[in-house]
Amino acid sequence: MRLEPRAHPPLALTLAAPVAAAALALLICALPLAWAGAPVLAAYGRILQGALGSVFALTETLARATPLILTGLAAAVAFRAKLWNIGAEGQLYAGALAAVAVGSGALGLSGLLLMPAVVLVGALAGALLLLVPALLKVRLGVDEVVTTLLLNFVVLLFVQMMLEGPLQDPMGMGWPQSPPVLPEAELPELLPRTRLHLGLVIALVLAGLAWLYTTRTVFGFEARAVGANVEAARYAGMPVARVLLRTALISGALAGIAGASEVAGLKGYLTQDLSPGFGYAGIVVAMLAQLNPLGCIASALFVAGVFVGADSMSRALGVSSYLANLIVATALLTMLLATLVTRYRLRRS
Amino acid sequence: MEGVIDILLSAAFWAAAVRIATPLILGTLGELLCERAGVLNLGIEGIMTAGAMSGWLAVYQGADLWTGVAIAAAVGMAFGLLHGVFTVPLGLSQHVTGIGITLLATSLAYFTYRMVLPEATSPPRIEPFPPLAIPWLSDLPFVGAVLFRQTALTWLALGLVVLVAWVLYQTPLGLAVRAVGESPAAAEAQGIDVYAVRIGAVMAGSALMAVGGAFLTMSAFNAFFFEMIAGRGWICIALVVFASWRPGKALLGALLFGAFDAFQVRLQQEVVEIGLPYQVFLMLPYLLSIGALIAVSRRAAYPQALMVPYRKGER
Amino acid sequence: MGVPVERSAPEESMSGPVLRLAGITRRFGDVLANDGISLELAVGEILALLGENGAGKTTLMNVLFGHYLADSGTIEVAGSDGALRPLRPGAPRAALDAGIGMVHQHFALADNLSALDNVVLGTEPLLRPLRHRVAARERIKALMARSGLTVDLDAPIRALSVGERQRVEILKALYRDARILILDEPTAVLTPQETDELFVILQGLAARGLAIVFISHKLGEVLALSRRIVVLRAGKVVAGLLTGEAGREQLAELMVGRPVPPTVREPLDPGRPVLELEDVDVDHADGRPSLREVTLAVREREIVGIAGVAGNGQAGLADLLSGLLRVSRGTVRLCGEDARTWQPATFAARRIARIPEDRERHGVIAEMSIWENLALADRQRPEVQRLGWLRRGAMRARAGHIMATYDVRAQGPDAKVGLLSGGNMQKLILGRELERDPPFILADQPTRGLDVGAVADVHRRLLAARAQGAGILLISEDLDELLAIADRIAVLHRGRLSAALPTEQLSVRALGLMMAHAA
Repeated sequence: MRLEPRAHPPLALTLAAPVAAAALALLICALPLAWAGAPVLAAYGRILQGALGSVFALTETLARATPLILTGLAAAVAFRAKLWNIGAEGQLYAGALAAVAVGSGALGLSGLLLMPAVVLVGALAGALLLLVPALLKVRLGVDEVVTTLLLNFVVLLFVQMMLEGPLQDPMGMGWPQSPPVLPEAELPELLPRTRLHLGLVIALVLAGLAWLYTTRTVFGFEARAVGANVEAARYAGMPVARVLLRTALISGALAGIAGASEVAGLKGYLTQDLSPGFGYAGIVVAMLAQLNPLGCIASALFVAGVFVGADSMSRALGVSSYLANLIVATALLTMLLATLVTRYRLRRS
Repeated sequence: MEGVIDILLSAAFWAAAVRIATPLILGTLGELLCERAGVLNLGIEGIMTAGAMSGWLAVYQGADLWTGVAIAAAVGMAFGLLHGVFTVPLGLSQHVTGIGITLLATSLAYFTYRMVLPEATSPPRIEPFPPLAIPWLSDLPFVGAVLFRQTALTWLALGLVVLVAWVLYQTPLGLAVRAVGESPAAAEAQGIDVYAVRIGAVMAGSALMAVGGAFLTMSAFNAFFFEMIAGRGWICIALVVFASWRPGKALLGALLFGAFDAFQVRLQQEVVEIGLPYQVFLMLPYLLSIGALIAVSRRAAYPQALMVPYRKGER
Repeated sequence: MGVPVERSAPEESMSGPVLRLAGITRRFGDVLANDGISLELAVGEILALLGENGAGKTTLMNVLFGHYLADSGTIEVAGSDGALRPLRPGAPRAALDAGIGMVHQHFALADNLSALDNVVLGTEPLLRPLRHRVAARERIKALMARSGLTVDLDAPIRALSVGERQRVEILKALYRDARILILDEPTAVLTPQETDELFVILQGLAARGLAIVFISHKLGEVLALSRRIVVLRAGKVVAGLLTGEAGREQLAELMVGRPVPPTVREPLDPGRPVLELEDVDVDHADGRPSLREVTLAVREREIVGIAGVAGNGQAGLADLLSGLLRVSRGTVRLCGEDARTWQPATFAARRIARIPEDRERHGVIAEMSIWENLALADRQRPEVQRLGWLRRGAMRARAGHIMATYDVRAQGPDAKVGLLSGGNMQKLILGRELERDPPFILADQPTRGLDVGAVADVHRRLLAARAQGAGILLISEDLDELLAIADRIAVLHRGRLSAALPTEQLSVRALGLMMAHAA
């Protein structure tokens, strides 16, 4: 018996792999559930109900999926070019900060164009933040994994600093939070009395654009080539440095928009705990989608469902909602295993 | 500034530097072992978290301190084994596996903690390692306060630097590790089991990382807080590059970093008049790590087979 | 294991074979690399395993050494008492313990370690707390004296020349008391001079009882060194004969299975220069010198060959003419234009063809499909894109056309290039580059690793391009190839280029002499 690379993974297998990975993750996490003393089937039932069991639950899941689609896209676009952007968390906060600075009127701007301006500055902030590690990689050969990770901590401290200083809400009774976003800058809600907002539409549109970019444009072709074999890409005359910087701008912008969307669409103001790890979860979203931008929509829904459902289950059964993080982390690892099945087949000797 | 000189000359400052450096020494040594064998271990942040939590929990549940350390090491080895299996025989992406391990280890640690202490509002404390007072040596001026009032785990870290250096350069096992990280083909052609050496190195390195995390809950502080690792794992990865994958330089780098961090803490206390928010000081260690990476990037001599999965029989 | 001890001279206690392979079969996917191969080896015998690229020689030796597991078949090795015992398959450790040593085609050496460390690696038990370096050094010195192989033991491998690295590989085997030594294409990277020296050493070792299997596809060497020849073709043994009774044509025909028409190079009148290098100095990215004072011209309708073994500046020359390196001195003109600041993209835009030495690293992207690979350098052209959007239909059609014209065997234009055989990959690269109707072609080791049929095909296409008016620079380690298709040949030695002499005035011996002394 031996492992042999497949010529072409059949479509059915490619689609089934993430589903199997997700199912396996849920199965494995029954163990810690049981260890916590909770009734396993009832707990999963609660999760399912909490995620999809009512219109409200569905809108909550969709609202939670919105930033996850965007950070998933950020990771997918970057990883395709082998640009290891682990800094989506920081880029998200940078985008949120810029969005709130512009959107709350703190910078003296207002008017009809405020809403698109908020999204744009969010994108810009995220893009510029990732540009720094990207430039260090391209010019000085500094590995981007550590630089993007460390910048996350720097950005978070910076946000904290802003929220205790210049961006502190004067009417916030001393809490470290920003002033609220002005009404004309808010992303409108899609369904009344829910938290579902325009950000979802933006995320879906961007997913479609990212897919077109990756598969149908020369720029996307270059990014894929650079990620697959950078030396051959260079030999063929591709401007590798420019490709990587271009990819960094796009990836950072996507994560920045996630932050702007959360602030201008969901919460309305910025606090330190805006993101419960959306940046890192985005990596799981991207891997489950096998780096396919359209697939990110589905995998973001799964991850969002797990988080929203686990919140609900946690309130009902008293099990820590960290179970959601556990399931998502396990899903990343099971997805890696699933790629083995899509890439290799067992052959009898 | 007179304040600066005063700080640099005080024994308390250098003692703090050594204390702050200890988890970094352990984490850097651990990562160094993994990378020397050709495996990038991005699980370090999570493994340190898991080590911190499990060591503390063991003591909280009644075990003695050294048993707690052993348990932390065992937890580290378990995650190291998982990482090793994914990346070595299965040849999966070292980057993604490492991130997965960090997410898994962290969430497992937090989940377990919450399961054991569902209602705790302030983290319960344990009795940490006491400072080791060595007769006569501890009373030496300056050196006594700096070196000889540290806890046992700091001594363990210093001893491990010597041990790891010796194993790497003076033993056949170390030679095998170095060969496997540079040219697995060369090692295999000499009859060495590349998979076993790589997985073994990752497990040993992960054990060290976990003990580094345990230092925080069992020696430096005495309780477990969420987010307490605060990026130390990533800093260790930068320090490994800065140390050119050598244990001696790793110790030096960790100490320098510890001194910088201790300095930054002192500055916060003394330079309040300038009006810089304290977050600026907290940012400095991360920025310094990035700076260190930039400084050595040109000359970095990576182990040639780092991050290249070795497939047996594929030539 | 303990410190290895000198074994008694084996010929005193043995009369039978020292190695017996029976029915070795090994399949890779759909390819039957070894099909029921059986052979025997006697003490002190030098056996040549002859076959074209892809015949299965390396696979067989990898099975013997334990890198691969055979699907079926047995291996028996004689112990020091002369009795044959089965060898535990699939483990280099078992082969090493049984006295088999292997000098790999691509040396299995760790660059960061010294020669001493590489020889000693794996010979001491891993749990031993201390290394016995002094004893090891003494033993290796004695081995060097006895065998005639000398090398600086403390130099890191990356500082050693190719010939010196090969000596370390052989010392590794001798240090472990090999009774059987396998050499995989040992002369591919040696000058004729170094080859002669190696043969003397090998004959000395064989005289002292070492059994040697050496793999080659070069008839001249096989006839010079071996006592017996086994010919492999398409995974099967097709002949076993004593060297004394074998003839060149007979062996060539056995290797390929059919008479191979020789490539005919008709004389043509060269035209204007397409490449002009004048007094060029090139350094590698890390500062090491590569070329010094190189002056060369390649004209339309001619093939200029560059002879020399790796490490004498070929990589620098190829990188210069691919756009990856710049000159530090001198001028470069391509088709009359000053090319000193050209990037790889400029070469492609000027329709210049570049066939890289390492096809999997520089030539293709294994993960991508055939039609995508064909567009790598041409992606800005209107045939491939419009306003930044890929014209996928047009690209696929183009791929189909090139695959048909250049006989690339694959499942279709969507097939992943990584799954193509070496020969088909090279045909694809040739097709991609030659379809541009290039004025200048850089061909760097274009037939390395290809079987005889594929080699002939490459030569035919290059000669056809030459007839169409292209000027070709052919860098090759294969002197026979250069003598066959080049019009003029120059020798690169330590970064300096000799004058390019007409092929009619040259021979293997003459070229060998030029390679040995600075031209």
